[in-house]
Amino acid sequence: MAEKIGCFVCTGCTIGEAMDCDKLVAVAGEMQAAVVEQHPALCQPEGVEMLRRAIAEHELDAVVVAACSARVHGDTFDFEDVYTERASLREGVAWTQPAGEEDTQMLAEDVVRMGIGRCRFAARPTGTPAPVQDRVLVIGGGVTGLSAALAAAAAGKQVDLVEREQQLGGFANKLHKIFPRDAEVAAYPGPDVDSLLARVAEHDNITVHLGATVTRISGAPGAFEVTVGGDGGEQSLASDAVVVAAGWQPYDAAKIEHLGYGRGPDVITNVEFEQLAKQGKIARPSDGKVPESVLFVQCAGSRDPQHLPYCSNLCCPATLKHITYLKEQSPETVCYVLYKDIRAPGHYEQIFEQVQRQGAIFVKADVERVEPQQAGGASVSAQDLLLGEPLQVEVDLVVLAIGMVPVTLDSDVLNLTYRQGPELPEREGGFPNSHFICFPYETQRTAIYAAGAVRTPMDLATCVDDGTGAAAKALQAIEFMRQGAACHPRVGDLSLPDFHLQRCTQCKRCTEECPFGALDEDAKGTPQPNPTRCRRCGVCMGACPERIVSFENYSVQMISEGIKSIFVPDEFEEKPRVLAFACENDAMAALDMAAMNGLQLNPYVRVIPVRCLGSFNIIWVADALSRGIDGIMLMGCRFGDDYQCHFIKGSELANTRLKNVGDTLDRLMLESERLRLEQVAINDWRRLPQMFDDFLARLDELGPNPYKE
Amino acid sequence: MTAKHSSVLVVGGGMSGITAAVEAAELGREVYLVERAPSLGGRVSAMKSYFPKLCPPACGLEINYQRIRKNPRIQVFTSTRVTAISGEPGDLQVELVSEPSYVKESCTDPITPFQQLPAELSDDFNYGLSKKRPAGLVHPHAFPSRPVVDPRALEDEKLRSLLQGVEQVDLEQQPQKFTLQVGAVVWATGWVPYDASRIDYLGYSEFADVVSNVEFERLAAPDGPTGGKLLRPSDGKECRRVAFIQCAGSRDVNHLPYCSAVCCLASLKQATYVREAYSDSQVWIFYIDIRANKYEAFYQHLQEDANIHFVKGKVGLVEGTSDGSLHLLAENIAAGGIESVDVDLVVLATGMVPSTRLEPVPCQQVQTDEYGFVVSDPAATGIVATGCAKRPADVATCVQDATAAALLATLR
Repeated sequence: MAEKIGCFVCTGCTIGEAMDCDKLVAVAGEMQAAVVEQHPALCQPEGVEMLRRAIAEHELDAVVVAACSARVHGDTFDFEDVYTERASLREGVAWTQPAGEEDTQMLAEDVVRMGIGRCRFAARPTGTPAPVQDRVLVIGGGVTGLSAALAAAAAGKQVDLVEREQQLGGFANKLHKIFPRDAEVAAYPGPDVDSLLARVAEHDNITVHLGATVTRISGAPGAFEVTVGGDGGEQSLASDAVVVAAGWQPYDAAKIEHLGYGRGPDVITNVEFEQLAKQGKIARPSDGKVPESVLFVQCAGSRDPQHLPYCSNLCCPATLKHITYLKEQSPETVCYVLYKDIRAPGHYEQIFEQVQRQGAIFVKADVERVEPQQAGGASVSAQDLLLGEPLQVEVDLVVLAIGMVPVTLDSDVLNLTYRQGPELPEREGGFPNSHFICFPYETQRTAIYAAGAVRTPMDLATCVDDGTGAAAKALQAIEFMRQGAACHPRVGDLSLPDFHLQRCTQCKRCTEECPFGALDEDAKGTPQPNPTRCRRCGVCMGACPERIVSFENYSVQMISEGIKSIFVPDEFEEKPRVLAFACENDAMAALDMAAMNGLQLNPYVRVIPVRCLGSFNIIWVADALSRGIDGIMLMGCRFGDDYQCHFIKGSELANTRLKNVGDTLDRLMLESERLRLEQVAINDWRRLPQMFDDFLARLDELGPNPYKE
Repeated sequence: MTAKHSSVLVVGGGMSGITAAVEAAELGREVYLVERAPSLGGRVSAMKSYFPKLCPPACGLEINYQRIRKNPRIQVFTSTRVTAISGEPGDLQVELVSEPSYVKESCTDPITPFQQLPAELSDDFNYGLSKKRPAGLVHPHAFPSRPVVDPRALEDEKLRSLLQGVEQVDLEQQPQKFTLQVGAVVWATGWVPYDASRIDYLGYSEFADVVSNVEFERLAAPDGPTGGKLLRPSDGKECRRVAFIQCAGSRDVNHLPYCSAVCCLASLKQATYVREAYSDSQVWIFYIDIRANKYEAFYQHLQEDANIHFVKGKVGLVEGTSDGSLHLLAENIAAGGIESVDVDLVVLATGMVPSTRLEPVPCQQVQTDEYGFVVSDPAATGIVATGCAKRPADVATCVQDATAAALLATLR
């Protein structure tokens, strides 16, 4: 709660020309600001100095900086121990409205009023540091897990490395040679797992648990209690953060019936072929004959909706590598590759080229049947897609290039005791749900990071990077917990939701909707917050019908007070009022882009930034409509399969809430069309003027809000 | 091992460099982020959307810019180049030079003071497809949001005198040389598109309506030269028939022998732009292999569209027709015979050339392969290459890799 609020109006950057700033000062005075000042350039050293002086002199606990958008000068207007509220007069008014008009002035005055109103119930968050132990749990002892463990240990953390097999090294142990890294195309170095293993073995900070799995993780980041079960019984460990590097397993080739696997010994998988090569001699299993002809079936079960819909990325390079094994063993070996596309990205293209020079036969084909023969070998029938004719080959050996399945698809590896379930929420294929383009390490469980083949199919060189990167995220998470700050995407945010549990009705909306599983429940269904799991999106605050969830600097009451501060003209003035709740990251940026491009926006819209539309509480609809506001627009990120919301489902949740309240409005004979949700991305700024005008036009048809005074 | 310096210098302010910088800073290090252009964002900031989600890059960039704004450990130097690096890991001395913005420090408004200036210079952000003013923001989402004078304007007498009339402009500013002592360097200078004019038979130099994939991205972008309307550059006619030529110069010993790993998915993405723009539009994609590795579902979804024609085969000829269209002749390996189509626009899916091929890392110890990708061991040099300086890669791989690079740069 801010008692003494200062309001500072900037007249620079055309603000002074667009509106009457003296009047704004008067309005701030009416709002009982303790001190109100104007300055021609608040962001310049003299302006900042004036602010500092006023803060000290009047012992202000909050300031409203009525100047530019909150997206700029955040650091300039950050004052110790003082809450800063930004009121956007530049982008929000001066750059989007005609100068000197009555509506421009009314908008500017509301912007100032809303800023001061919001301030009344805000305080600067101080953060609640969590005691951390500087311990990281790594699940999986393959190349990814080893790399993660080494990176975390090198940064000074204590690492527990849990591997379910009896030895470390994972799949790399089974490899004859690994893919060339970067430009080392001519030579295929053997896997350097030995060096990784040696470094892990000699590192004092790493404790290895072999033949062990994680059977339970309770608690929260910074204080995970981990139960590890294995041959030696159960053991309890403490950990702050987790890297999941459980790896992959080959797709079950027997499921691809027409490819003959399991019906004869000479139809093998690429994994089995690799093992043959590692044993020293590639001979066909039926009779030990060195094969004179080998046929590779690419995409065996991959890119196939019946089996694995995705491409495993590595099967093409693996086959190319396998051909070089064969050609090394005997240059005369006839190699066929039946493929859909040869996918050899980057430098792998050179291996493709090399293998073509060695005389392998590549045929774009649909494989119809692989039939193992009594006398050994197999007969393959296919449709040659380029010649458009059937293809029939008898070969000594058939290798099925099968794809990769993340271990997490059908095994539990974390066994979290979270109310929302034991594992990371997944998308199709068993891979963790994340913003896999811009923020690929993020999962929906704070301080738990997926790496390596559980995240997406990748080669060993990439696994080293990926384990290292995931370790980096785990280290950061620990640092943020130590400061009491949030992880991505609200990095460094010190606020925390407070639950006024005496008023909780155990409706469980918050515990169900939290995108990060931060809230557990007691037996009665009362939420039990876990601050270190929280990402501060405010979805719980939006979900709560009793409005018991608030942050120090963001609450239902704060926004309500902002809404109540708006001056709503009576219906005879014919000046409708619309609220636009806009997502801070995308819609607010889009509004700024529109302003910077000089687009005029409808003057009747009052914009209220929200952390995420998921924090939209439907009480604000009542607040607004009872005050005579004519319409409410929610501007949030695209939802659905290709969702953009950085809190996963915020805009989708808001949409559902809006639908529910819309039904109620209809019953009250107040048109639900007064509420509208728009999906807005930053680059949609050109659409904004029309979007507002269209809504206003529809509201005009509906007529003024009957609750208007 | 205790190093003399723990700070990290990140060179290159694209997706890889931004990621490396924020990740290293969030690991607690002091970070200097250096970018040659006047704003961060690199290649991705000029893209309409990412595959396969078709979401705008500005969304993720905005989050990262906020991370930079809120982190006092990161210092950003734009319009700045590294000229020399010497020393050893843990104790590197870096020479830099910053070009002047020619705009006074006291200028708070990046827009209004420059609005009266004429838009006459070719706009590099739009790959020369439009004109820009001689001063202002490079583009509206530019970060830092600071105006600059385009140095080309200083060569033009009229523009120079117009600029002298702008109160906020100071043409007397000089380049600044300075030195930084750091523990490690992350080299994230990214890529440049392969020069399409070198593939002479595809008509890039001859026809305005043969464009490269990066140019097409601007033609489709809502903040691009046509406001997102797909209009052909020659005469502004709607592009309803578009041909994409894959591996334009890639997987080709005469040009780029390697595969750039992103062009197939980029063209698939761009095909959706065409299909969304006009419901009756037709798209041809001429390819060797469709390498949609990570996002197969996206490819399969497009295959269901009868107006997108996938043709396995090489284009042999691009020529003009009497009605201003382009005529293509290509082999069709799958159907047999020759494919002959008339289109409004040809998009060449050109590959990535590492910037380090054109401008090597100014440090003798750093080695590149025959294509210019950095191959040296970071432990030996203290210089960690990441992103497309290391190999052709999509955005997700660059972010993943840059996060690892950030940690490697802090471990000493």
